[in-house]
Amino acid sequence: MTEAPANLWIMIIALAASAYLLKMFGLVVLGSRQLPKVFDRCLGLIPAALLSALVLKDTFSLGQSLVVDARVAGFAVAVVAAWRRAPLIVVVVLAATATALVRAI
Amino acid sequence: MKRIFASLNEPELRRVVVSSLTLGAAVGVFALSFGVASVSAGASVWQTCALSLFVFTGASQFSAMSVVGAGGSLAAAFGGAVLLAARNFVYGLALSSSANSMAKSLPRRLFAAHFVIDETTALALGQESPRLRKVAFWTTGIGLFTFWNLGTLIGALAGSAIDPQKFGLDIAFPAAFIVMLMPHLRSKLGRQAATLGGALCLISISFLPVGVPILIAAMAVLVGVRSDD
Repeated sequence: MTEAPANLWIMIIALAASAYLLKMFGLVVLGSRQLPKVFDRCLGLIPAALLSALVLKDTFSLGQSLVVDARVAGFAVAVVAAWRRAPLIVVVVLAATATALVRAI
Repeated sequence: MKRIFASLNEPELRRVVVSSLTLGAAVGVFALSFGVASVSAGASVWQTCALSLFVFTGASQFSAMSVVGAGGSLAAAFGGAVLLAARNFVYGLALSSSANSMAKSLPRRLFAAHFVIDETTALALGQESPRLRKVAFWTTGIGLFTFWNLGTLIGALAGSAIDPQKFGLDIAFPAAFIVMLMPHLRSKLGRQAATLGGALCLISISFLPVGVPILIAAMAVLVGVRSDD
């Protein structure tokens, strides 16, 4: 198991506060003001850009080096399963099984 | 709340409550994998539960622990997670026009803010009458919060009992990210942002500190600037 950084709690508290403030600002403080269209559209694209980056980082990197290992098998299986609209738990179990199998060989 | 249960024999209302709770249960399964992956990435069971209780926005929690697990700095983990949480600000704005019917007093509105996430926004804004919007927001919010935290706890306990590498659980993060990414690939702009974001990340991994490439990838949202409409 990976060792957690000592001040992980500080990050958790900072993240909880920031996440709450972001939610609260729109709902309570700014009210029904309209954002410029461009701003709205760019904010909406954050998940597409970041999730794609996170997938690639978690599949093809180890620290700062690019590697191809057993995780690629799980990645491939997960892409196919998610594409076919399998429920999340199925996607995760299939991907983990594929990775574990390749690792065991 | 009592009134909500009393009027469950109204078909309209029942439909809203049933879809809210079904969604909550489905999200609970998502939380299971967060719990497992988060303890595998080095968080304690308590820290994992605190993330689900107090951050309560899925993609940010996943992202933060994915960066921490890879050995990234806490600042980088925090930065990526906050960027992903930024869309809740837009949801808050979108919901605020119906905020009067959802939560009248200021304290109640401050409480409601914690539940402003993808699912509550989608279900609330999908209803036509203010009353149904209120029911959808609160049943989705409270139901999802309950299932999300239960799922996290069970996942975290299970995850700390097994060896994550042996069971291939290091793939749980990317597998969940792939599932979350799929709906964003339906639009052309979404596909462009995903492609560019992925490329920026891969290019910068070898020379930037762990976790920072995720922040660089956020520049890909600028494909939204020159799009005309």
